Amino acid sequence: MRDVFPGYDVLNKRDTPSWNEQTRAVIERRLAITDEPRFFDAREWAVLKALCARIVPQPEGRASPVPVAAMVDHKALEDARDGFRHIDLPALGEAWRRGLAALDAEAQSADGASFDALAPERQDALIRAMEGGSLKHAAWGGMPCDLFFRMRVIPDVVKSYYAHPTAWSEIGFGGPASPRGYVRMDFDARDPWEAAEAKPGQENEALRENLRVGR
Amino acid sequence: MWDGEPRANRAAPDDPMRAPRARNGRAPDVFRLGAWTPMREYPESEPVDFAIVGTGAGGGTLACRLAEAGFSVVAFDAGPYWRPLEDFASDEQEQTKLFWTDERIVDGENPLQLGANNSGKSVGGSTVHFAMVSLRFRPEWFKSRTLLGYGADWPLDWREMWDYYTEVEQALKIAGPVTYPWGPKRPRYPYREHELNAAAKVLARGAEALGISWAPTPLATVSAPRGASPPCVYRGFCTLGCSTNAKQSVLVTWLPRALRAGAEVRDLAMVGRIETDAAGLASGVHYHREGQWRFQKARNVVVAGYAIETPRLLLMSANERYPGGLANSSGLVGRYLTVQGNQACWGVMDEEIRSYKGPPSLAITEHWNYEDRGKDFFGGYSYMSQGPLPVLWAGVQAGARGLWGEALMDEMQRYNHSVGLKVVSEYMPQERNRVTLADEKDALGLPIARVTYSWCDNDKRVNRHALGFMRKALEAAGAREIWDQEDDTCHLNGTARMGDDPRTSVVNGDCRSWDIPNLWICDGSVFPTVGGANPSLTIQAIACRTADRIRALARRGDL
Repeated sequence: MRDVFPGYDVLNKRDTPSWNEQTRAVIERRLAITDEPRFFDAREWAVLKALCARIVPQPEGRASPVPVAAMVDHKALEDARDGFRHIDLPALGEAWRRGLAALDAEAQSADGASFDALAPERQDALIRAMEGGSLKHAAWGGMPCDLFFRMRVIPDVVKSYYAHPTAWSEIGFGGPASPRGYVRMDFDARDPWEAAEAKPGQENEALRENLRVGR
Repeated sequence: MWDGEPRANRAAPDDPMRAPRARNGRAPDVFRLGAWTPMREYPESEPVDFAIVGTGAGGGTLACRLAEAGFSVVAFDAGPYWRPLEDFASDEQEQTKLFWTDERIVDGENPLQLGANNSGKSVGGSTVHFAMVSLRFRPEWFKSRTLLGYGADWPLDWREMWDYYTEVEQALKIAGPVTYPWGPKRPRYPYREHELNAAAKVLARGAEALGISWAPTPLATVSAPRGASPPCVYRGFCTLGCSTNAKQSVLVTWLPRALRAGAEVRDLAMVGRIETDAAGLASGVHYHREGQWRFQKARNVVVAGYAIETPRLLLMSANERYPGGLANSSGLVGRYLTVQGNQACWGVMDEEIRSYKGPPSLAITEHWNYEDRGKDFFGGYSYMSQGPLPVLWAGVQAGARGLWGEALMDEMQRYNHSVGLKVVSEYMPQERNRVTLADEKDALGLPIARVTYSWCDNDKRVNRHALGFMRKALEAAGAREIWDQEDDTCHLNGTARMGDDPRTSVVNGDCRSWDIPNLWICDGSVFPTVGGANPSLTIQAIACRTADRIRALARRGDL
């Protein structure tokens, strides 16, 4: 992953007019989520962590990685439903428990090891098989693995990651914007409180601009 | 700056999702932190003229207009009564609290995605999170069977609707262009059009290259101050609730008027059953509030819960006299559920677009709503520029495009260069697409809705046409690496359709049920067809018309 927005940290805008009181409170709660399970047991947690690391792989050596698995755990604990459920899927928590156990069982039967102990390439192969609907271990309990992947794994993991300020900084999103909003709306028009993209050869200019965001 | 002001109730913060706010003679003042506005209250034991279930585009508008006509009105909503200035964060995940996220079962060949983009659970309904796109229907759509050869005719005349559209556009101070390129003449929009963002200019470039008209989208967010609403600041979180009150939702327009005219709003009040009396007439509603079931007597009941909760309530209210549910002698309650196509073409540009700035759909073309030549399908479509925020955008890249792993992470880093066009297309009403009751129960013990949806051949043809055309438009505008998002739909209509014949419709043109004369339905459920335009303006126009019809019927003793 390239550092497209060098020096940009959306959290530097926390005390600017782009963030209101309620936004600060909401993000504070999100940042307080620690990397530990409260809904899943130890085995499920290990599989979930490994799965998240393949779906949204974070840069190596990142000082504080986004606790994606914990955010999914949080959603399951809160039973935060989506407003719809495919008729062939069980409810949120049950789908996750069963899906993680089944993925682990598939790893055991195919490679003789837990899912989280597999090499990344083998994990990806199993994930692709899940995506393609070809995993049929009894542990799925009749739950179609492709539906589980498409309607649980993908939305829950991906949306958790991109709900985190670290991800906003990574993609150059302006982040919260109330009450200030934005002024410059045109092509290639950047407000001073938005991320500056590093064009080839102009990384330093972008860095300088980004360090000014929130100042 | 609002966020620097002290909160009046900081010492004892109230949680509008846990305890009702509208009670003890007052309702939230939606324009001021911690403030209240007087609210008249009605006893449960005395029948009110109208008990209205739902406070969205249908119910909220009707509550206002009926109260202003002098009727006693109590409007119920299952959702919270927000004060946007203090309750709304600039955050996609937090703001899912605006959506109807209670469980619903989906099936069929093309199961719907519900929740986020089409189902609200708030006082003010889905207008609290709608994209504010405020379009009139093409006149011919009100007689699409007769004039265009598909669907069903409405028992309404477009010329009458034209006047009600004008009323709603004035009530919401719609910001739109001086001249609108399509359809019969209409009055000028009350407020000037919004500035276009880069995403909207891409739509304009594409349209001009292909030789079709485009326009700044008429939007229900003000472009200049209006009362306590400041002009839109282009923060871009519109579909997650407007935290500045620039958006002219039902919550900040019709409902404050309704309260001033003497209506009562009951928030966090889930209606579970409509009662009928010995004569077979509606006599009131059973509703759950503050931990217990209660009963409000009423002379008339209006169901305005949108196209899933409306049929659900009518079906849940089945009793000995009406074993198939209320207003259902035709067997059509819950049938003809009709959504709209919401496919998109996405690509990347060399320029920075940053489409997260400004309302998401600042430019539109209704070309294919008004041009019938060159179509291999019935119906029409509009398409609009887009401004997905990161969580939504990642969900589209991963869900519709199938990216995960490094491919997803890399693609997401091109967020600021991404641009897209998204359709609102006319799907055909089909009897088999429907809402039924599942065996599973919700937290209150009520059966949850099962929503079954399958595209017909015409739906697939309109999808293909729209995707093909939008692709050409994006290409012409200079986008590359274009791909199709094929899975999405939007808006919910048609599960209690209006018509001229009690055998083939649930309500008449006045939104009055054929079977039970004091039971009315006033929301998107009554649409016999959906057109290729967002429905909110039409729902509000129908509510205004229904209020006038009720007043006329009352005057002549026909209520």
